[in-house]
Amino acid sequence: MLEINAVHSFYGKAHILNDLSFSVGKGEVVALLGRNGAGKTTTMKSIMQLVRPRSGTVLFNGKDITGVSPHKVAQLGLGYVPEERRIFTDLTILENLEVGRQKPREGAPVWTVDALFDLFPNLSERRANRGKALSGGEQQMLTIARTLMGNPSLLLLDEPSEGIAPVIVEEMAQTILKFKSQGLTVIISEQNLHFAKIVADRAVIIEGGQKKFDDSFDALEQQPEVRDAYLSV
Amino acid sequence: MGLFVAQLLTGLANAAALFLVASGLSLIFGVTRIVNFAHGSLYMLGAYVGLTLMNHLPGHFGFWGSIVMAGLIVGLIGVVIEVCVLRPVYRAPELFQLVATFGVILVIQDLALMIWGAEDQLGPRAPGLRSVVRILGEPVPQYDLALIAITPFILFGLWWFIAKTRTGILVRAATQDREMVGALGVNQSWLFTGVFFLGSALAGLGGAIQLPKGGADLLMDLNIISAVFVVVVVGGMGSIPGAFIAAVLISVLNVFGVAYVPQSTLVLMYVVMAVVLMVKPYGLLGREEKAGEHGQVGEVERPIRPAGLVGRSLVVVLLAVLALVPFFASTFMQVLITDIVIFCLFAASLQFILSSGGLVSFGHAVFFGGGAYVSALLVTYSETPMEVAFLLAPLGAGLLALGIGWFCIRLSGVYFAMLTLAFSQLVWSLVFQWGSVTGGDDGLVNIWPSDWLSGTTAYYYFTLALGVGGILVLRHIIHSPFGYTLRATRDSARQAEATGIDVKKVQWLAFALAGAMAGLAGGLFVFSKGSIFPNELEIAKSFDALIVVFLGGVKTLSGGVVGAVFMESVKDWLTRLEYWRLILGLLIIAVVIIAPEGIVGSLRKFGERIGLVKEQESMQ
Repeated sequence: MLEINAVHSFYGKAHILNDLSFSVGKGEVVALLGRNGAGKTTTMKSIMQLVRPRSGTVLFNGKDITGVSPHKVAQLGLGYVPEERRIFTDLTILENLEVGRQKPREGAPVWTVDALFDLFPNLSERRANRGKALSGGEQQMLTIARTLMGNPSLLLLDEPSEGIAPVIVEEMAQTILKFKSQGLTVIISEQNLHFAKIVADRAVIIEGGQKKFDDSFDALEQQPEVRDAYLSV
Repeated sequence: MGLFVAQLLTGLANAAALFLVASGLSLIFGVTRIVNFAHGSLYMLGAYVGLTLMNHLPGHFGFWGSIVMAGLIVGLIGVVIEVCVLRPVYRAPELFQLVATFGVILVIQDLALMIWGAEDQLGPRAPGLRSVVRILGEPVPQYDLALIAITPFILFGLWWFIAKTRTGILVRAATQDREMVGALGVNQSWLFTGVFFLGSALAGLGGAIQLPKGGADLLMDLNIISAVFVVVVVGGMGSIPGAFIAAVLISVLNVFGVAYVPQSTLVLMYVVMAVVLMVKPYGLLGREEKAGEHGQVGEVERPIRPAGLVGRSLVVVLLAVLALVPFFASTFMQVLITDIVIFCLFAASLQFILSSGGLVSFGHAVFFGGGAYVSALLVTYSETPMEVAFLLAPLGAGLLALGIGWFCIRLSGVYFAMLTLAFSQLVWSLVFQWGSVTGGDDGLVNIWPSDWLSGTTAYYYFTLALGVGGILVLRHIIHSPFGYTLRATRDSARQAEATGIDVKKVQWLAFALAGAMAGLAGGLFVFSKGSIFPNELEIAKSFDALIVVFLGGVKTLSGGVVGAVFMESVKDWLTRLEYWRLILGLLIIAVVIIAPEGIVGSLRKFGERIGLVKEQESMQ
């Protein structure tokens, strides 16, 4: 469904992704693991074309999306949930959801405001509140809900467990498993190995913008030296 | 009482056009973050287009239809400007788009002159609303009452659009984080264009709707723009209700000002703005601005380093040539170069505060003119010897900058820029209206240098020494620890604060220093011309300096100098032509689009590519 081929990405002159390749199949949940600064967020942004790869290609459903504007990428069915959440703090929850709304898409779960409020009851209670009145966990739910309003067929979740309470992380894991059961494809970037293991089918580990490991969690279990070298446990 | 009410109503009626124009500007700024200086030009076009339409379409329908159509047509003109001029430069450094809009002002001025001629045109009166109504015995024009009645509907319509429609929600979301809006599948380009259409249409509507009260002339663009900025800033940038409240406040105050304190009408508006911003730094209904929250922090600044061997040799050769100029060039040439050197110093002082300090001042001419006026006043009133009066120019301007800086430094970004504009306009209006001391519009004359400097060549060398000396001092400061500290406050105020730097104090001192250097240029200027007029500290002069710095290249001190030389020489040549503004405007727009890093920046990139200049090492 998604293929990343030999991507090189830069921030100014800093070389962040160095010949990165991996692919994700339909219905898969893939965890992108690595330390701070390994290039996880840049990978997400490079898929979304928020950072344009200087070389290499990104294929989505067989279509080359390298260099396409981010809004077109989103319209193709890629849903991006940024790490810093970036909710619209001056807009109400309902308005935030409205910004994300797109037409239903073939081959992807269809979301409505009501369905999302069922999924995140906390948001439902506060639908008329402004984004800035929300707690960190609620903001995280709102960003996910906002992106789901676009009915994506592939969801990019950038560090969803970061900075939120453990109880909510548990809930979040359940939610992602629910997405998976609906057939949604998910790439989730994580530092929390435990969390990743619960939700994901496969681990892709990167370090210094290069892929170091790409296999199941069982296989990762067999190679503790990989875990020790590239993940801070 | 009757008179009071009548004046209040006049003020409210005047607020209509001001509100329309200001809400348009506010909307455009909110989403695109572009301070569209050409917004006054769109207002002027609205008036002219409306007038032309009214002359062809009779009756009620013709009159009101013309106003609406003028709005739509100007909206489309705004779209053309957005697509052709601004779209190519959205990715350029922040505020660089400003310069493009300066170019647009010039182009529209000459186009309007070509199409409608230089004569002021009277607006037709509205059919059915030609007479006056007596309210408490005072005559109030019916049209004024109509305007007062219409404005709240427009306000409500805009509010409804912004608050309730999907497009309005997207506009508000984009105001906060446009990259994120794009990542959610919304085509930002069309959103921008749509907002530009609406904002421009509002300006055009404002221009057309005021026709029965004011008519159309070629000065209305710049005449309204400072009032519009005041309204937008006082109301809070991006807030439509804020713009309404501020438009009413400013218009009503203005009417009462004209009636009761006619000698200070110009000052009043800026005093209000300064007071509001001191109490509520982000305007009445504005929201606090945080750097980078709009998802578009520019590229990381490259570290600067002293010029290499090539650069230094070039400077030495250039100075040698300049020193030899009097031996082969005419007096005229020497005067021209004197002017250019003075302008270079002025531009370099702005470049210093803008680039190293990250503080964009919209009112830098106040220090140039301020310094000049200090000298001129001393010579005129206390017969101070030229040498002393000259020395006091930078000193006086520096003190003025300390005073103004104390207020402005507390804000940052666009609000800082606007406050500097307000203070410079405040000083300008003081000088302009306090005729008994400053000579008002007639200026101060007979300010000549001492005998030993009275010859053209002598003054040429004097200017060369002090002008180049001033620029070298600035250069030295940029590469000194103070310069490093200043750039630290620019790149990360918090980080700098945490390392023990008193950020505000450093910025304040740098601002004063820039002011003093501008004052030095002003001192050189007044004794070279022998006179000084208020236009040396008005908005246009500040804008000139900004254009020059951006055109030359913001990032290096040489940018200001190169820009100044380019502009002064081009102007000297162009102004001989009839439609020189048009050409200059197009030239500015072309440079902005083709060389978004300015002349020096682009030359350097070119040099790096062909290997003449060593490429700077990366940030890591």
